[in-house]
Amino acid sequence: MSNVTATGATYAVFGGVYNNWLALEATLDDAARRGARAVYCLGDLGGFGPHPDRVFPILRERGVIVMQGNYDHSIGHDLGDCGCGYTDPRDNHYAQVSYDYTRARTSASWRPWLRELPPTLRASFGSQRVLMAHGSPRRVNEFLWESTSPDPFVARMMTAHECDVLLVTHTGIPWQRRLADGRLVVNVGAIGRPANDGRRDVWYALVHERPGGGVDAELVPVAYDWEQLAAAMRAEALPAEFVETVETGWWTTCLEILPAKERARGRY
Amino acid sequence: MLFSIPVTARLPVLPLVPVLDDARAPAVPLTALDTVWFQLTGTLCNIACRHCFITCGPKETRVPMMDAARVRQFLDEAEALGARDYYFTGGEPMMHPEFWPLVDDTLARGPLTVLTNGILIDADAAARARRAFDRARYSLDLRVSLDGMSAEENDPVRGKGTFDEIVAGIAQLARAGLSPAITVVEHRAGMAAEAARTSFLAFARSLGLLHPRVKFLPLLRIGREERRTHGYGDDEVATLADLTLASEVIDAVVCSSSRLVTAHGVSTCPILLDAPDAVLGATLAESLRPIHLRWAACKTCVVEGLTCRT
Repeated sequence: MSNVTATGATYAVFGGVYNNWLALEATLDDAARRGARAVYCLGDLGGFGPHPDRVFPILRERGVIVMQGNYDHSIGHDLGDCGCGYTDPRDNHYAQVSYDYTRARTSASWRPWLRELPPTLRASFGSQRVLMAHGSPRRVNEFLWESTSPDPFVARMMTAHECDVLLVTHTGIPWQRRLADGRLVVNVGAIGRPANDGRRDVWYALVHERPGGGVDAELVPVAYDWEQLAAAMRAEALPAEFVETVETGWWTTCLEILPAKERARGRY
Repeated sequence: MLFSIPVTARLPVLPLVPVLDDARAPAVPLTALDTVWFQLTGTLCNIACRHCFITCGPKETRVPMMDAARVRQFLDEAEALGARDYYFTGGEPMMHPEFWPLVDDTLARGPLTVLTNGILIDADAAARARRAFDRARYSLDLRVSLDGMSAEENDPVRGKGTFDEIVAGIAQLARAGLSPAITVVEHRAGMAAEAARTSFLAFARSLGLLHPRVKFLPLLRIGREERRTHGYGDDEVATLADLTLASEVIDAVVCSSSRLVTAHGVSTCPILLDAPDAVLGATLAESLRPIHLRWAACKTCVVEGLTCRT
């Protein structure tokens, strides 16, 4: 996936920081090394990991263009839950544990910034009209999984929202697909938590401009100091199940929302 | 009771009549046609559960089986409309003579969930399901209905001997490396309590499922269930009347983003199979309009949060 020769500009796009300031720094370093002209974050800065206040200054100081995920909306408005869109009681239990932690430890001074983040972003990469959304263009907490987002459905949504390239996150598992008519959909994954693939790396996307105005996407793994993150999570008494995910690369919670195909690839 | 009628005895199935008029029934817009349900075998089923809300059974042919060519026409239409996913239900959809070719044809277009009682899943069927699962680009999900962790709990509602047959079907899928979701109707109070959920998950794991999932469903007190216990009371209907639905409720109810296709046409939802007034047209295109929650059973979706989705 890494033998792409860029001739135009390259853009870095990531989502799902989940308080993981270590992966955020590693991702930004990686994007800089690869010559990214601009860096976009598709939201969900909190949840799962420790010390929520650490990610905000990094995003601000390093000029990341940030949009709002469901988590940021909830924390910004000081709501009672994350609005993640889970349906199973066990999933909701763990979501609530991590939401309550993040809510209690996010400084009030960051809430106005979180509240005012835009819900979607539009950009032009080459000649392509790019739409960035958190879950989907129509719903912040809609899950666009690879195995449950058929081409006609994606095409319908992209036509309705007038874009050639659609970039989303929210599910935590990256994938990309080129439609028959050349339009491109990319779920950029999440940098805060491994992708349930048994590796400790996290994933983000690079979008490369091509001669002629088109773009290609490249899904990029990033290594970071997961041992330091795991130690910090333990020190903060976050659930052992979350720490296990960081240490193994396998999801232990929020599993019920996975489609059968994605779930079958995981350990749990 | 001195002269009790066996509940499985066949009585005429009466049409489901609306309890509210459009003026008082909450309106639900169709936000998008995401999901298309197929009543593949109509009301034909290999068992006759006492709580079946659409009164299916081995002799129930009042809603006929769908012709495979007709299913494919609807799949074409759904695909052109940009549908997101598909469900096969019945009755028992695996009784359809072209079940597996239809599974493959549907999976070529999008993700498919099959609702089954699992009884027809032998080693061959499980291997066939595994091949379909592996070959398809989109997700194939199986949902097996089982109403208890023992024959004592399950068989009184699903029929004598069904516990063993269903569990055998689930075990076949597990041996083939598939993990169906198990759906449990809360036919007794407390079945969906947290401790019960945990033990049901452990039970599912004990059947060999690597990725156990359990979904609890509230009872729908129509069809045969109305005779097993009771129907909806006037006070329940009153909770529905004149209600303005919050946007989260509209998003959650199946009728805001789904339609049911049967041999009789396109209908509002899988629950209202016996409601002639819920038929919206002969094609999906004709069904793309707002509906009103005019039936007592709509209360279960709106107030108790039932969703037929997995």
